[in-house]
Amino acid sequence: MKLLEHEGKEILKARGVPVPPFGGLIKTTAQVQAALKRAGKAPWVVKAQVLAGGRGKAGGIKLAKTPKEAKDLSKAMIGMNLITHQTHGQAIKVKELLIEGGVKIERELYFSVVMDRKNAGPTIITSAQGGMEIETLAEEHPEAIIRMPVDPNVGLRDFMARRLAFQLDIPATHTAAFVRVTKILVKAFIDLDCSMLEINPLILTPKDVMALDCKMSTDDNASYRQPELAKLKDHEASALEIEAKAADISYVGLDGTIGCMVNGAGLAMGTMDTIALAGGSPANFLDVGGGANEERVSKALNLILKDKKVKAILINIFGGIVKCDMIAAGVVSALKKIKLKVPLVVRLQGTNVDAGKEILKKSGLSIIAADDLWDAAQKAVAAAKTEAK
Amino acid sequence: MSIILDKDSKILVQGFTGSQGTFHAKQCIEYGTQIVAGVTPGRGGQTHLDRPVFNTVHDAVRNTGAFVSMILVPAPFAADAIMEAVDGGCSTVICITEGIPIMDMAKVKRYIQQVERSGREITLIGPNCPGVITPGQCKVGIMPGFIHKAGSIGVVSRSGTLTYEAVDQLTKRGFGQSTVVGIGGDPINGSSFSDILAKFEEDDATDAVVMIGEIGGSAEEDAARFFKDKMTKPVFGFIAGKAAPEGRRMGHAGAIVEGGAGTHASKIKAMREAGITVVENLSGIGEAVAKSRKPLAA
Repeated sequence: MKLLEHEGKEILKARGVPVPPFGGLIKTTAQVQAALKRAGKAPWVVKAQVLAGGRGKAGGIKLAKTPKEAKDLSKAMIGMNLITHQTHGQAIKVKELLIEGGVKIERELYFSVVMDRKNAGPTIITSAQGGMEIETLAEEHPEAIIRMPVDPNVGLRDFMARRLAFQLDIPATHTAAFVRVTKILVKAFIDLDCSMLEINPLILTPKDVMALDCKMSTDDNASYRQPELAKLKDHEASALEIEAKAADISYVGLDGTIGCMVNGAGLAMGTMDTIALAGGSPANFLDVGGGANEERVSKALNLILKDKKVKAILINIFGGIVKCDMIAAGVVSALKKIKLKVPLVVRLQGTNVDAGKEILKKSGLSIIAADDLWDAAQKAVAAAKTEAK
Repeated sequence: MSIILDKDSKILVQGFTGSQGTFHAKQCIEYGTQIVAGVTPGRGGQTHLDRPVFNTVHDAVRNTGAFVSMILVPAPFAADAIMEAVDGGCSTVICITEGIPIMDMAKVKRYIQQVERSGREITLIGPNCPGVITPGQCKVGIMPGFIHKAGSIGVVSRSGTLTYEAVDQLTKRGFGQSTVVGIGGDPINGSSFSDILAKFEEDDATDAVVMIGEIGGSAEEDAARFFKDKMTKPVFGFIAGKAAPEGRRMGHAGAIVEGGAGTHASKIKAMREAGITVVENLSGIGEAVAKSRKPLAA
């Protein structure tokens, strides 16, 4: 799950990481005045609360020197469509703004902790060149990036943090603060089961070290042991995705027209690819799971049909533990309750495949049967095209 | 021969008496796998599926000589179960459980590295995988046994049902498998593609390998490099996730393109440049193998 800047900062602040004075989280310009008062004296910073990085360049972060300026900026920013280099051409609507008090910046650093697959554990990535996007930095100044793997059983020790401080040329006046803050950041990363914690920039103020920004994402597998995170809303998931999750179905909405239901994540991806290769476009990723039963199949079918873009459905099941006859029975019982208005292509293979095919045939429903995945994808693409006309 | 498992492998099952453990252990036994013991804390001394149950892996290993563990315990306890298996003396650990916190696996990796420094060799397969099968000899996992057939093609994959799809295509064209290994869909796992390719390269029973990767991480790129530097046997590669959007997790915790890394294009490019035969159409895996090889007498 990805956290918004203000959510991440609140978590870090509670753990002892200095952050700028909090003014408020606002949704309307009427709330600006009170937020400015809480944040202290001018200047103030107005920040769009969206998940994508690169907000500064895209106009999602502004400095206000007067209350009027703050109000005008807020008015312009609430409801604006933000396109940053991380949104892949799509605009994100700004619903909330964070208002903070301005702070004096002496130096900007880049500091992040990521779950690195190569080192099989947390790794610190830091650079004296703060404020720049790490991707740009990696391309233009790879020599300026310092990487340090951290043993999750040990955490960041003082000597390790000190070594980073020397490498980053932190002045002696700030070394102790740097060690203190970076240790908290790494501990938070480990304790909260993060997959990424990025502070860009981590700044030196005249007397301290402070997190000016915060990008945090956490491991969904560990949510059962993270009560602090369980309270937060998943901003990325659509209503359909949240509904799917509650039913134990792995679903990701996409832009295409062919709804898919598959068992297994890899095969679900492979099915999407095959649809694309056959000239169509998948409307979703959907893994109905290894322990799929009739009820779940029916739930999945309902989910797919809630997406109005769907012009055809492709069910691809490779029966292993999941039995094809059970899936077929699930499809038939679901279709008795839902009136299917789009063509349905079904490809069954594996355990009890013949019994499954028989159930579909006997049901009298207009189901397009397919023998292999390529056949199924082509039939679904053709059906979707006819339907769209 | 084969890799990881053969007809003489003796297996213990952690989480033996649970519903998942019972169901899958039974299937493995029916396939002919030598499941010789189960471990469920607090149920030591009992018998389940006609096999003895022990309180600890330590006891099970000492009493039965099982050195392979199959883990089917719930995710919150799985990391502990892997470490118990290693500590108890197992040299091969096959962890089926999905949904283990990534931080737990980071700790498990370090634990195994520590043990290996003392001179022991540990093979961890998974987690979040279908397991390992040497057709006709031994099945340790949740895959449907009947789609497999003994033969000389090695298969290694990050996904479960995608592997079944590939195996089915091979079997139907008359190509049996030496061993089929699911390494799992998590970002931090036990054995990598390269680890398994190395085993297949050494294995007399394997003539060629089908490698099924997916988006996210760089395990396929590493495998391509390994293939180029160290392998003589042909490898056929497929990568799932070409149609997946960046930044979204596709079911598997490891299947996510982040910051432009781990893309479908980069993996295909690396494999192609290394000399791996790239298969673009998932339905064409069996055909690609058939084109370059003569099927064994069916």
